[in-house]
Amino acid sequence: MREVAIIASAQADNTSTTTSTPVEMLIPVIQQVLANASMTKTDIGFWCHGSCDYMTGQPFSFVSAVDALGAWPPIIESHVEADGAFALYEAWLKIQTGEIDTALVFGNGRSSSGDINRILTLQLDPYVVGPLWPDDRSIAAMQARACLESGVVTERAMAEVAQRNHRNALTNPKALRSGDHSIEALMAAQLVADPLRELDCPAHADGVTAVIIAAGDRARSLVARPAWIRGIDHRIESQNLGNRSMTTLPSAALAAHKAGVGNDKIDVAELHAPYSHQELLLTTALGLSESTTINPSGGALCANPMMSAGLARFAEAATRVMNGTADRAIGHASSGPWMQQNLVCVLEGE
Amino acid sequence: MSDDVLRIRTPIGIKYQYSAGPRVSSHLLGLMEGRFVGKRCPVCELVYMPPRNGTCAKCGALLGEDVEVSQRGTITTFCVVNVPFLGQTIKIPYVSATILLDGADMGMQHLIQEVDAADVRMGMRVEPVWRPREEWQPSLENVMHFRPTGEPDAPFDSYAGHL
Repeated sequence: MREVAIIASAQADNTSTTTSTPVEMLIPVIQQVLANASMTKTDIGFWCHGSCDYMTGQPFSFVSAVDALGAWPPIIESHVEADGAFALYEAWLKIQTGEIDTALVFGNGRSSSGDINRILTLQLDPYVVGPLWPDDRSIAAMQARACLESGVVTERAMAEVAQRNHRNALTNPKALRSGDHSIEALMAAQLVADPLRELDCPAHADGVTAVIIAAGDRARSLVARPAWIRGIDHRIESQNLGNRSMTTLPSAALAAHKAGVGNDKIDVAELHAPYSHQELLLTTALGLSESTTINPSGGALCANPMMSAGLARFAEAATRVMNGTADRAIGHASSGPWMQQNLVCVLEGE
Repeated sequence: MSDDVLRIRTPIGIKYQYSAGPRVSSHLLGLMEGRFVGKRCPVCELVYMPPRNGTCAKCGALLGEDVEVSQRGTITTFCVVNVPFLGQTIKIPYVSATILLDGADMGMQHLIQEVDAADVRMGMRVEPVWRPREEWQPSLENVMHFRPTGEPDAPFDSYAGHL
């Protein structure tokens, strides 16, 4: 295996609406991440993008994202119809082939172009579930209800997750939502999809994240303390909700095992858990202890820019390794109903 | 087996709000005034008309200042549409062309009418035929079509770099 590290990242401010086109939103972030790594576009060996056409409602909308890259002379690029974190996984594999030493990966989406809770319905099985039009919150609420009934989570524990994330987001200038809420106030808040309350649900945002990864000595030459990818693994569960466990996340547990999460203590975990109860399930699946700081950024509860929220978790975890506040951190991305897909990445300083 | 469900209908409806973005907006507002407003790339200085999605794909840069270009231009390339298709509103054969407006560096697509399709050629000089002003929208459809101006053809070298 070639050593690969995250060496730079950049994020747009998460917003609830924007008038710019998705490509216009990309350009400043692409330029910023290059500047953060003291690189120019000719230093990049591979470009990989994560986005989703259902977000814009335009087929092949991802093609226009290449306009943000200045693809002349021609570049080598690829796209995944997924969160940018999965584009990072592709770029990591590409570096493993030995063809390239550096890659710029980015994810973007404008959640405000449509009703995101309804758009996410289209990721469901189109024959027997999709036609019922359950929206994203309703699907998540079913899972939360099953978790409460079985006792794997409590309403108080969910409120504590919401409280901590919103407090953490107070120091994250990119977050869409933040605040200091009492447990009592959180638990007394109105239900939006029983048993979920507004602050148990993701703060869907328009956003962009970009990350640069580099191999071995190239990474060392570019930054003082690269965030080395020591393990990365992607696991997927059945799309058929009837075949799924509602109270455990076996794919996350397997990905964590394969990525080597349990080999040593984890200082920081940035988890892409869109709903409060899902963070609790994920913490259990990953085997994290109380010594791990979870979501110092405020996580997806405080900004969930669709198609870049996972990559933003990688960026937040890597930033803490690079600046020395963490020696070992997790970046995690998920996708699909009930966190059907899980990508776990272990990052370490040297 | 005869009771098997072979197909189902599952209608899908999602509403989107399309945002033109600030750069394309100035172009669309120009069309409301019967003007062709493009934008210049601050890096390579090429003039985009229309300004695509607000970016210069060559440089990966946000487009800069507005540039109003001429109402006259040159056909750089074209095709004759002979094939009928569902929803066709124009009588075939007709010509769809790439038109390089004077002062622009990128061609734009539009219809060529008021000339026999067989007489359309690269280098032909054309001008827009606007709809009545009261019908104008923020849309390039304010121009019904382009038609020949009768000027001498532009020499190939004048548009060879824009094909």
